[in-house]
Amino acid sequence: MTARIPIVDYLVIDDGDPYLVAHEAEDSGALSFTRRNADPVNGTPGFIPRRLETTGTVRAFTVVHRDAPGIEVPYASVIVALDGGGVVRGRLTGTSRHPRNVATIKRVRLTTFVAGVDDHGTEAIAYAFEPEPTGDGDD
Amino acid sequence: MTDPVWLVGAAMTPFGRFPDQDLLDLGSTAALGALSDAAVSIRDVDVLAAGNVFQAASGVGQRLLQQIGQTGIPVFNVVNACATGATALRTAILAIRAGEADIALAVGMEQMGKLGLLPTSMDEGWSNETFEPAGRDGSVIDTGGILGAAAMPAVFATAGIEYAYQHGGVHFEQFAKVAEKNHAHSTLNPLAQYRKQFTYDEIHAAPMIAFPNNMLMCAPTGDGAAAAVIVSSERLASMSDDQQARAVKISASVLTSDPWSDAGEALPDFNTLTRNAAVAAYEQAGVSPSDLDLVELHDCFATAELLHYDNLMLCAPGEAGRFIDERHPWRDGSMPVNVSGGLLSKGHPIAATGIAGIYEIAMHLRGEAGERQITNASVGLAHVLGLGSSCGVHILERRAA
Repeated sequence: MTARIPIVDYLVIDDGDPYLVAHEAEDSGALSFTRRNADPVNGTPGFIPRRLETTGTVRAFTVVHRDAPGIEVPYASVIVALDGGGVVRGRLTGTSRHPRNVATIKRVRLTTFVAGVDDHGTEAIAYAFEPEPTGDGDD
Repeated sequence: MTDPVWLVGAAMTPFGRFPDQDLLDLGSTAALGALSDAAVSIRDVDVLAAGNVFQAASGVGQRLLQQIGQTGIPVFNVVNACATGATALRTAILAIRAGEADIALAVGMEQMGKLGLLPTSMDEGWSNETFEPAGRDGSVIDTGGILGAAAMPAVFATAGIEYAYQHGGVHFEQFAKVAEKNHAHSTLNPLAQYRKQFTYDEIHAAPMIAFPNNMLMCAPTGDGAAAAVIVSSERLASMSDDQQARAVKISASVLTSDPWSDAGEALPDFNTLTRNAAVAAYEQAGVSPSDLDLVELHDCFATAELLHYDNLMLCAPGEAGRFIDERHPWRDGSMPVNVSGGLLSKGHPIAATGIAGIYEIAMHLRGEAGERQITNASVGLAHVLGLGSSCGVHILERRAA
């Protein structure tokens, strides 16, 4: 079986369906994906891990046509407010990248893809978002 | 009430690409120009605040003094992303307000050449030999572009779309109109990097970088420097009538950073810190947005300018689209914005930008802006924003006759 590793430590891929986990500040409830030394709101210590929902609402997007060398373009990028808390950025996959189409996508769900392979064959697993099925048979 | 600080000299180099000059040539030209404009010598200066980003670890301020006069004064080297120049000016102001200086020199200088605002490599610090988690997010490869768009044109594009989602009347067209305006304005500025007017259709057809920001909606990078000489009220009173007549009052000087926001890790919030800085600056100066005769704001991308109409309260909340549609920020409109051509066309040598905005406002308040003069300008605002984030807002006023 191919070895896999999450592209970032806040993506969990070995516990059933993939999901994101945030550092929740015990005092303010602020959610962070990157490690912090104290509550970003008020500087008090103490965090607990919090599993986040895998569905959310798009609150902004762009479609990138020029990026760093090695990044395939064009691609759509969205800012997603996850249901229940947490705001995250990711690619939008599984749909047309034309801005007129992307602008119509409101509800999305987490998905994953292989972002790279190291010299030992280990796959780096990244997350992205895809349109949430509407329940009209388009799943 | 804090005693006001006065700008008595200002200068900037042309912005562009000058491979035959080095950073110190650019900084020297601006610094000596500002000293000459102030009719003072480097021997009169009590403190230097030097802003630079790309050679920040090299003692830029001291190296500059080696070119224009090693008088032994204290040097503050500052770096604060795109707010570096404004931070240098603010540092100089603080030295005067603290009573440690009567005359201060602030310089912002940068040499970027064709270094753009896109990342140049995705391999720094990571190895494909064996994936090992590193850094505060435990990443095993560079996530830029993989976990969504992280390059500057895309970040500011996303922020523009977020504003469009939140408020009506904002589409691609409104962002394009910002670029149309600033490119048109730059045709009157002999120091601008580009002085070419584009029609709306030409802007619409430009190659896309990150929707909605296309090539003509992104600031070019380049080389350049700007400098300002400032003095205390007491020192101004001892200067000549001509120096006093040309002095410009710095009515507000504010620097902010970004407060926590729940989306900050996904999309930097450059609205709140700008709004906080604007509120503080208006209060400090005792003026309201309607008192302003012109504004130089940080249009690193066309989307950014539209947001800052709202953040600086130049328009009613949520009305930035209508504001540009009704041509208020054109030079003949009710609130001229970026009559220099803005970063979009004047150029954006990062550390020079903040003081270049001050220079532009000062020229208009003195009635020395030539062809692009805004008639009877008496109050102006200069704004810059550095991603990371830092925001500088200064309000300047013409000296009462």
